[in-house]
Amino acid sequence: MIGRMLLQLAVLLLFAPLLPGVINKTKALFAGRKGAPLLQPYFDLGRLWRKGFVFSRTTTWVFLAGPVVGMVVPLLAVLLIPFGGLQAPISFTGDLILLVYLFGLSRFFTAAAALDTGSSFEGMGAAREVTFSCLAEPTLLFALLVLARGADSLVLGAMLGPQLAVQWQGSGGPVLGLVAVCMFVVLLVENSRIPFDDPNTHLELTMIHEVMVLDHSGPAFGMILYGAAMKLMVMGALLVRVALPLQTGSMALDLLVFLAGLLALAVLIGVVESTMARLKLPRVPQVLVGTTLLSFFALVLVLR
Amino acid sequence: MVNLLLITVILINFYTLGSARLVACIRAVALQGGLLALLPLATHGPSGHALLLGVGALTFKGILIPWLLLRAIREVRIRREVEPYIGFVATLALGTLVTAAAFIFADFLPLAAEHLGGMFVPTSLATMFSGFLLLITRRKALTQVLGYLVLENGIFVFAVLLSEAIPLMVETGILLDLLVGVFVMGIVLNHIGREFSTLNTKRLTALKE
Repeated sequence: MIGRMLLQLAVLLLFAPLLPGVINKTKALFAGRKGAPLLQPYFDLGRLWRKGFVFSRTTTWVFLAGPVVGMVVPLLAVLLIPFGGLQAPISFTGDLILLVYLFGLSRFFTAAAALDTGSSFEGMGAAREVTFSCLAEPTLLFALLVLARGADSLVLGAMLGPQLAVQWQGSGGPVLGLVAVCMFVVLLVENSRIPFDDPNTHLELTMIHEVMVLDHSGPAFGMILYGAAMKLMVMGALLVRVALPLQTGSMALDLLVFLAGLLALAVLIGVVESTMARLKLPRVPQVLVGTTLLSFFALVLVLR
Repeated sequence: MVNLLLITVILINFYTLGSARLVACIRAVALQGGLLALLPLATHGPSGHALLLGVGALTFKGILIPWLLLRAIREVRIRREVEPYIGFVATLALGTLVTAAAFIFADFLPLAAEHLGGMFVPTSLATMFSGFLLLITRRKALTQVLGYLVLENGIFVFAVLLSEAIPLMVETGILLDLLVGVFVMGIVLNHIGREFSTLNTKRLTALKE
């Protein structure tokens, strides 16, 4: 079990920064540019890590807690979920709730760190982030409940188990499709991607997540970037497992399938970002309520 | 296959309830009509009766009526439903609630054994309720026509279930009724548009010299 844990953590730590790289490369190709190299996020992290900390005198320990919690939470969360066909290192009844609220904890600390600076822009960003994620949370919970119902168990490892493949082939296909769509939307919201948030803009009016981390610099900012990449990978792992429940039996092959699925997901995110415009802010809650209702409908379909 | 079709039909209901753009709504309802045309074939196999029913539904629901509506939109020059009586999110929420209620309610109906637990009856009920909601909550007369169409689509789903028992004549009658209804509404729409220079039905309640 210790080996499993170490393997999962190592895969996460090594592989996570590649995903933003792939997304950016896809976007560059769509725009007709050559784009930054695939490994650019690794270089960025290295560069940030060599810099020094700069702290504003008005901030307290909360300001540093934001990035630290943001980086530790995905490391804990990854222990709860199965990577592709592999088993989750830690699993117990009800761990799906822990998974959802671990991310809630990291969001709380990021927002608190933003508020700690006392900047009005960061306060605005924190308000937006919290609003949108509280609208995205029911979607994720309903989607997880649908999976729990399908597996007849409240353990994430079992919910994402081999019965998914059977369900896709049987009558549960449309329901799982709905769940996958809802989870994809949640993934885009939670990782501040277009159409909900633009990770590239540095315009105060449009930023949500970016504005909260404006005051972080050096290693703290590196931790935020690393944490964001790992969060993308952890949430992507859930989606990839639902969408691609292949299981070969051999551990290496399962891991390869899973990583290939993650890369495909990153390309898909890149395509979505290149082809869609950012939604107007008042439209975002409408879309999120819509996906909540979709996932609720999926739950009704499996409950009857 | 059948279940996939029916779920898509329900998703289109949600889309029409939540979208403000009339052209997109009309296209969605046309798509719904086209999907419904596949339904008899998917359920009963390629018999002559099912084929006729599908072709009829496709021409009327999928092509003819949407075309008439799109033409009406061009002539009266409106693009979107501006402010419905109940907001879009609220209508969507209501739509999901009635859909959920339809699924629960259908389980209590004394249906024939082979229809019990299927998706047909709940989908039909949910589609009818969505049509009602569109009729009730929108101001523009054109969206209300769309609501009427969605309502009829719901009835059609039910009819497919019973298509072996219902004579073809009755179904042709329903389709013709629908076409005539949309025709009449098109004429009425034009008149309202000319008289009030808007299709807002709220204006109709005001007295005018």
